[in-house]
Amino acid sequence: MDTRFGTLCTAVVFAVFVRWVVSLNSYSGMGKPPMYGDYEAQRHWMEITTNLPIKQWYFNGTDNDLLYWGLDYPPLTAYHMWLCGKVAEWIDPDWTSLFASRGYESYEHKLFMRYSVLIGDVVIYIPAVLLYCFLQKKFTHTQKVLLSCVLLLFPGLIIIDYGHFQYNSISLGLTLWAVIALSHRHEVLGSAAFMLALCYKQMSLYHAMPFFCYLLGKCWQQRWKKGFFSLCCIGVSVLATFAFVWMPFLSDKDLFLQVVHRIFPVARGVFEDKVSNFWCSLSVVVKFRNFMSHEGLLKLCLATTLLGLVPSSLDLLFRPSGNKFKLALVNSSLVFFLFSFQVHEKSILLPALPVCLLLPWRPFTSTWFLTIATFSMLPLLVKDGLVIATLITSILFIIAVELGLQGVSSDPTIGCPVCIWSSKNLPWLPHRVFFYAVKSGFYASLMGALFLGLLSVVVPPPSSLPDLWPVLISVYSCSHFIGFTLYYHIVQLMTTDSKETAAQKTKKTQ
Amino acid sequence: MAAPMYFSVVVTVTIVKLLLIPSYRSTDFEVHRNWLAITHSRPVSQWYYEDTSEWTLDYPPMFAWFEFLLSRIAKLFDPAMLEVTNLNYASFATVLFQRLSVIVSDFVLVYAVYECCQCVQVLCCFRCCQCVQLVGKKKSPHLLSQPMFVLAVLLLWNFGLLIVDHIHFQYNGFLTGLKLLSIARILQRRHLEGAFWFSLLLNFKHIYLYIAPAYFIFLLRSYCFTRSNRDGRVQWTSLSLMNLFGLGVVVLEVFAISFGPFIAMGQLGQVLSRLFPVKRGLVHAYWAPNFWALYNIADKAATAVAVRAKLLSADDITKATMTGGLVQEYTHNALPTITPLVTVILTLAAMMPALVHLWRRPCTPRDFLRCLVLCAFSSFLFGYHVHEKAIILIIIPLSLLAVESRQDGQVFLLLSTCGHLSLFPLLFTQAETPSKVCLMLMFSLFAFMSLGVLHSSSKKRPYCLPLLSPLETAYTVGLVFLQLYCSLGHHTLGLTTRLPFLPLMLTSVYCAVGVMWSWLKFYLITLTDMQHLKQS
Repeated sequence: MDTRFGTLCTAVVFAVFVRWVVSLNSYSGMGKPPMYGDYEAQRHWMEITTNLPIKQWYFNGTDNDLLYWGLDYPPLTAYHMWLCGKVAEWIDPDWTSLFASRGYESYEHKLFMRYSVLIGDVVIYIPAVLLYCFLQKKFTHTQKVLLSCVLLLFPGLIIIDYGHFQYNSISLGLTLWAVIALSHRHEVLGSAAFMLALCYKQMSLYHAMPFFCYLLGKCWQQRWKKGFFSLCCIGVSVLATFAFVWMPFLSDKDLFLQVVHRIFPVARGVFEDKVSNFWCSLSVVVKFRNFMSHEGLLKLCLATTLLGLVPSSLDLLFRPSGNKFKLALVNSSLVFFLFSFQVHEKSILLPALPVCLLLPWRPFTSTWFLTIATFSMLPLLVKDGLVIATLITSILFIIAVELGLQGVSSDPTIGCPVCIWSSKNLPWLPHRVFFYAVKSGFYASLMGALFLGLLSVVVPPPSSLPDLWPVLISVYSCSHFIGFTLYYHIVQLMTTDSKETAAQKTKKTQ
Repeated sequence: MAAPMYFSVVVTVTIVKLLLIPSYRSTDFEVHRNWLAITHSRPVSQWYYEDTSEWTLDYPPMFAWFEFLLSRIAKLFDPAMLEVTNLNYASFATVLFQRLSVIVSDFVLVYAVYECCQCVQVLCCFRCCQCVQLVGKKKSPHLLSQPMFVLAVLLLWNFGLLIVDHIHFQYNGFLTGLKLLSIARILQRRHLEGAFWFSLLLNFKHIYLYIAPAYFIFLLRSYCFTRSNRDGRVQWTSLSLMNLFGLGVVVLEVFAISFGPFIAMGQLGQVLSRLFPVKRGLVHAYWAPNFWALYNIADKAATAVAVRAKLLSADDITKATMTGGLVQEYTHNALPTITPLVTVILTLAAMMPALVHLWRRPCTPRDFLRCLVLCAFSSFLFGYHVHEKAIILIIIPLSLLAVESRQDGQVFLLLSTCGHLSLFPLLFTQAETPSKVCLMLMFSLFAFMSLGVLHSSSKKRPYCLPLLSPLETAYTVGLVFLQLYCSLGHHTLGLTTRLPFLPLMLTSVYCAVGVMWSWLKFYLITLTDMQHLKQS
């Protein structure tokens, strides 16, 4: 047996083990009638898709009460649910029988649901992560194995998918496949993969802008004819994928519009529960609803989001490179998370994915971001009874980073824009100062999170302020996210891929 | 081994243990809760008489005191768990407390393993030199080629300990810690301390009587007799009365503290009757993979043949319970029925060569460990009413030997794989299947890789697992198919109602073959080791 293969297997098995053990915990809405939670939503979609004809999936009707967890995800999710539903029906028809199965909960059913998440993860997300790590040429085999282990242990995704219950690993996995394909010049495949991710979960739109700008920018760089041709190829691939997935819904205009309407619920509030984004934090001080209409708020969100997207998108469009692309993914999804409309706390997983990809190059800030991202979902996780699992997996992740990325880099100031600037302009300032300042900031921030988390679990909030802890947590996390957004923007704008630009120059002169 | 590396092994395994908190718990969880309640709310004189719950206190007094101490802390978590009448009580705080108590008490194991790793440095001295020579040319030695690191992982990540303690629920990690501590002290030639820890251990759980003969012979031979003749035989005149006296005092003192109060209250008979219940049956509900599993299956086969040949009439056959039935006495049909006395005689007979062998040579720590393993083997294979969990008693000390010699490593790999697989039926709930399979895979992958690297030889056999012969490789691969059949195939073939116990029986018989083979091989290694010594 090859030791190299053996270590890789051990790492993957460990990642699967952690996932499974987390799944032994409770899920959202466990034993909480009448609405239950996301677990019931997914089960209900299995019930709807297996029992109703495809045209009725998104329409309100006698058999389909949209107010009870109506289907509001794009068709690919619906197909996936149909497939799972068929298997569920085969195992036990009670699990998917129309109406009768509402709120169905049992030991076996929980197992089935958990297995369905695990299978999706093992088929799509885990191979993508392994491929990503093993395509990094600079690292040794051991470093690659350790890196993939660390990436697979990101607690936020594990807790939401295996604890709370969702299928994020599928849409994020597809996005990751797209990123890998693009970084290896398979633009057509990559755009198709991203389109699939988008058709699985509309939230992937957070990543759409960088994809668009990167592809366009890459085509722009090529010679006129060749560039136009590749642009056409990409366009065809995107449209074909879209048409393929949406086929049953394209025959009728009303049907199509209804699906779109279900997917983008503009009628809902600006944020769900307490989210660590800009609007939610601002609403602590300013009550928008008192002086702004729903429409106005919608427009405001749209305007700020678009404005926020401009710097990173333009930068990527005119100077497209692999590194910038990943950073732009972070920036665009963070801007969406902070400023867009109808944001869920779980949407922080979308910026978290590209941040994970930056881990080997910026281990310090990435770990910081990923830990705070997990922490920002705490109010949700408290509700689901997942606090202990969250705490333990977070500690595991931080330790994994410490152990796994030792060989890669341990200096927190590497790649820090302030340090680079100061080393150029303020040579008298010792480098160590930054090192300790950043490190202590990191620990202070984590201790603050831990303290706030403990408070929210242990101390009951005063009766006049029932939402005190969730609000504090979201403001605390939001302040971090704003800081990270600025940081990643600066990093992106300062990144100059010397090799690529040099190559371009030689090309152009030719 | 560097302390930070050891620290990281400890931290990761502790996190795994914490993650296992919401897993399935067996009735042993309730057993220990009940003991907490008994020791907390009943006077000492009532401890071994209390029988509100069917799970009466049947561990020696030290363990009762341990539960007593725990109950002081348990009060802070949830006082309701400390009421004797509160049967099957399992609030979240109770579960958390009990699970945490196992995890925290495991730090005894952590310390003991650290001590053992330090000793292995001495044991492996020769190997280490080789290792350094080999690796010295390269820049840094591979982690897997460091015996201390490998040993730390093999002991702390031991599959059996993890699932039995942190899923099934028991305190074996803590007890194994005491055992390893006593072994470490003996390896360090601090015999009195070793004897102290071992007698303390006996007063925590009397199952360790299995390995007591090895301790007895070893301490007598190499502590009480201080010199050997040239040929390695004991020099009878070298008996040190001082040492004998000291040893006696240490051991008797521990027993006196533990059993003294109960003797004073005139309860010794009652305590002993709780510790050694008779009328339990030759084999446990699920057959441990030992000699009796093979014996039982031979009996079944012989009965079937006899009925076919009309040597036995169907009426004569007692309604035999297959494995998986209730705990009860079991009568054989074709072969003679086994009484407890027979098992005792057989066990002692199986131990005897090892003990004699130990006595007849200048005892080195390695000889002692070998004898320890053989005693555990004999008790496991031939003992009366042996639990499958007792395999841990063999695998743990064998890990120490596995990192220092190639031959022991071979036995270890085979035995740990089949022995650990035989623990699978212990966790029968479906939700635990992926956990146990993953843990088992991780442990086995690591064991094969690390021992393969540690004892790498220039001669590589193609298509074989590291260190194993083709036959053993085939057997090990067979385990995978066995497990596939048991968890998937049996159900798919629709035999669940007709032959409900077939998977359990197959598992225990198949594993019994591997355990018996490992035992014979290990015996052979131990006994031939002496000839090697004589020749040189």
